[in-house]
Amino acid sequence: MCLAIPGRVESIDPSDTNLRMARVRFGGIVKQVSLAYTPEAQVGDYVIVHVGFAISRLDEKEAQQVFEYARQIGELEQLRDPSSAGSAPVG
Amino acid sequence: MKYLDEYRDAATARKLATAIAHATTRPWTIMEVCGGQTHAIVRFGIDTLLPPEITLLHGPGCPVCVTPLEVLDQAVAIASRPDVIFCSFGDMLRVPGSEHDLFQVKSNGGDVRIVYSPIDALQIARENPRKEVVFLAVGFETTAPANAMAVHRAKEEGIPNFSVLVSHVLVPPAMEAILSSRKNRVQGFLAAGHVCTVMGYTEYEPLARKYRVPIVVTGFEPLDILQGVHMCVLQLEEGRAEVENQYARSVRREGNVPARALLSEVFTVVPRKWRGIGEIPESGLGLAPAYAAFDAARRFRVEDHTAQENPECISGLVLQGVRKPQECPAFGTKCTPLHPLGATMVSAEGACAAYYKYRRHEVMATPRSASAEGSGG
Amino acid sequence: MIDEFALQCPIPLDDNPTVQMGHGGGGRMTRELIERVFVPVFANEALAPLHDGAILPPARGRLAFTTDTFVVRPLFFRGGDVGTLAVNGTVNDLAMCGARPLYLSAGFILEEGLPIKDLWRVVLSMGAAAKAAGVRVVTGDTKVVDRGHGDGIYINTAGVGVIETDLTIGPGSIRPGDAIVLNGDIGRHGIAVMAEREGLQFESEISSDCAPLAGPVQDLLRAGVEVHCLRDLTRGGLTSALVELGESAALPFRIREDAVPVRDEVRGACEILGLEPFSVANEGRFVAFVPSGQVELARATLGGEGAVIGSVEPRGTDPPFVRVETPLGTTRILDLPSGEQLPRIC
Repeated sequence: MCLAIPGRVESIDPSDTNLRMARVRFGGIVKQVSLAYTPEAQVGDYVIVHVGFAISRLDEKEAQQVFEYARQIGELEQLRDPSSAGSAPVG
Repeated sequence: MKYLDEYRDAATARKLATAIAHATTRPWTIMEVCGGQTHAIVRFGIDTLLPPEITLLHGPGCPVCVTPLEVLDQAVAIASRPDVIFCSFGDMLRVPGSEHDLFQVKSNGGDVRIVYSPIDALQIARENPRKEVVFLAVGFETTAPANAMAVHRAKEEGIPNFSVLVSHVLVPPAMEAILSSRKNRVQGFLAAGHVCTVMGYTEYEPLARKYRVPIVVTGFEPLDILQGVHMCVLQLEEGRAEVENQYARSVRREGNVPARALLSEVFTVVPRKWRGIGEIPESGLGLAPAYAAFDAARRFRVEDHTAQENPECISGLVLQGVRKPQECPAFGTKCTPLHPLGATMVSAEGACAAYYKYRRHEVMATPRSASAEGSGG
Repeated sequence: MIDEFALQCPIPLDDNPTVQMGHGGGGRMTRELIERVFVPVFANEALAPLHDGAILPPARGRLAFTTDTFVVRPLFFRGGDVGTLAVNGTVNDLAMCGARPLYLSAGFILEEGLPIKDLWRVVLSMGAAAKAAGVRVVTGDTKVVDRGHGDGIYINTAGVGVIETDLTIGPGSIRPGDAIVLNGDIGRHGIAVMAEREGLQFESEISSDCAPLAGPVQDLLRAGVEVHCLRDLTRGGLTSALVELGESAALPFRIREDAVPVRDEVRGACEILGLEPFSVANEGRFVAFVPSGQVELARATLGGEGAVIGSVEPRGTDPPFVRVETPLGTTRILDLPSGEQLPRIC
């Protein structure tokens, strides 16, 4: 369930006070999306979109934590077993 | 695509997979609740990257699959009316009702339209004032805010020809039903990241405490799922049972506050039947009394439908994680995506359909008496 | 398009702006439709007699023959219409046999009430496509069905072409070790069509990739590539083409997902609608199976867009699956989509 995809807010319709419709870009296409549930989202932000509604504003700092996590456990693995295979070089 | 492709990086995936293997000292059974996660696991072969001690079970994470037969029959009845434009998400069109599915209604001349968003259905209502426009509002909590907004706008703008057939389901009661069942084998959960984006994860804290299971709120890309599994395994190995948030780039503990506010205005918690499982108390959303006028079941007087399931279909057991698709005698023979016996084979997210599409070769190669345990997949 | 129509409108709009049952009756109205809409666009010697059949000069070489019917909705989309498809679809089936396409027939089933200007627009598209592909429409038929019994226009085209190579091009010629080459990015047609449909609207710079393939195929043959098999990607996309060929040839294939070009626009649309790019329809793409030693020649001949996406494996004990190596390095099996791919929320 819950196919929701990150997209970049390109422009917001200032006259729409109900649905706060915006143009959001997903890769090479742009779709009309309601930002009614993400009042804090501005042009340039990334939002997670499900069935035409942004359900969250993507936290760009938190977006890095997966890689930080992987980097740290990679280092732990190296300490535990310097010859460990399966860990590609960081990068 | 930014914030998507990075989470499919092979090298990082291998690192996480290796870490999982090193952390795992004994067998663990982990359930992922969300159909979108099932899809990603099978499509990217994530379970083949996990050590054999980890069994990933696919839970009832497919609102399409769990939509009760009665609701499908109500939808078919309403959609067959000549004065109705029936709008739905694409997933629902091929789910079999007792006799027909919506696709057949469409082929027989019914005005059945696929929409991307419930707002599109509302627009169709504005543009067709002489027709009744009905939207099939199914889904987990993730989809409820969109459906709530459509109904709310219809009320605010006084759009009389719009109504919704509601069959929303809630995840925490389903998880509790699984955990409290005698047959439960689940030791840890990956909670649905987009459901929690809307609802937050405070509801899972009492579950983790009561049943002593780790619950990791997890995203949908390969790296998310691998990190979620790693976090869950660490908890299991260390004897912890907490709620952790892997998907922090989208999920906050309190969820989406304006969305939750509108949900509590438009919807109310009701008992809900889950196809293949039965009725779970307080597990669904129905329209609140102030919005009852927009209830399509009432408007079209189809509230009293009852229905009988196909006896051969074990999708209920699959949804609860008690059986795997390949353990069903009908899997791949009588029951295929072209001729589905139940919803788990029709919906692209259903465990049976996902297995059929991506992993059928393994299933066909092994004898049908394969045990429920076994390597990851 | 509309300006051109206004200048050349064959049937005065105020007289008969829409197709009537009489246009299919075989009488004066039918004759008028043929002479004023079809003949001026398809004009050629073989068609001119408007006889029961076209009499054609002999061909030197084996003949290829194919037919297809086109029922696309909507009729008009960015990059083409049902007419472009009807010509290119059949031209491409001939090209996939290694043939140089020569002649087409065109059978029309028109729905009562169809605006004549839509028919004119479609026929003009067919004329342009036929010219671009180097084929002539030499015979045809028109029927009209009651309002509500058709989607405006259904077109059947049959085509005949001549095979000027000695190669036997087909699944039976596929060999283990062959390279699988694709002539460009996938998924554009399906997304372009979907973009026009109500309820799935998005701003899209995607045009259908509908195009004739005879040219690139002839280029490969002239370059000396020993083409073993060709298959154009239509409904069901790359998935259907590969799975069906694998079964016909009874050989397993291995594809690298990363090697299959997909444009950003197609990717974005597929991600939000929950579609698999591999299974989205195309109209101007084909896969070629060539000996591994000639893969660079084939790729160079196809030009910048060509991509080597995989290879044919030796026959094994498993059934002949198409295995896809995912970006993660894991493997999945390609299977035919059951029916039309629908957008999903799950």
